[in-house]
Amino acid sequence: MDIKVSVRPSDGEARVVDLVGEIDVYTSPAVKEAITELIDDGHYNLIINLEGVRYIDSTGLGVLIGALKRVREHAGSVNLICTNPQVKKIFDITGLVKIFGIYENEQSAIKALA
Amino acid sequence: MTVQQESVNVVELRIPCKPEFVSVARLAVAGIANRLHFTVEEIEDVKLAVAEACTNCIQRSPDAKEIALTCEMLPEELRIVVRDNSSLGSNDEAGESGSGSLGVFLIRSLMDDVEYRRGEHDGMFLRMVKRVAGTS
Repeated sequence: MDIKVSVRPSDGEARVVDLVGEIDVYTSPAVKEAITELIDDGHYNLIINLEGVRYIDSTGLGVLIGALKRVREHAGSVNLICTNPQVKKIFDITGLVKIFGIYENEQSAIKALA
Repeated sequence: MTVQQESVNVVELRIPCKPEFVSVARLAVAGIANRLHFTVEEIEDVKLAVAEACTNCIQRSPDAKEIALTCEMLPEELRIVVRDNSSLGSNDEAGESGSGSLGVFLIRSLMDDVEYRRGEHDGMFLRMVKRVAGTS
């Protein structure tokens, strides 16, 4: 089990983090490292693409919550792209749907940042 | 009157208390759950609950070397016990604070019955039950 993390610019100033694989206690440090690096470099508007994520647990949620806390200190935001029902269910159960903007595609996620 | 004993199949698994082995437990339990009449969604619930239990051991029992899982397969439910072999107790005073509490919250949300405890001088004990839909 592994996670692939890649970062690319989007339209505007936002950065998109594409994640492919499973996010658990073993793989979440790699996700955290990539996001932390982006924030340290001054990127405070992030889109996390979870379309390739088959599984996420509380450690993955913890990484996303930590990122959101940090970017909000700079008036930034973290929007998620997610259509996988099983992954979305975890955000529903934990109430994180109310904290993160969760969108069905990149265009909507970018538009919501503006 | 003769009372027939329910047939119970038991699967035991021991994994090192290390992050890279959580996926092993997750996949093994998915295979076990698949033998009962759970839906795909219910199997995913069980997988996540077991992974959260193992993660709890890894994050809160720093001296634990091993995680033991016992799965009892009954016709109408799956009973799972997850425990570690820590002798120091939790490294978290509050017991259920921080990201660990999110994990325990998820387990309680996804499973039908959950008993979670941490002693002062031992590791985590978590017993959980998932019932096949329509049998509770």
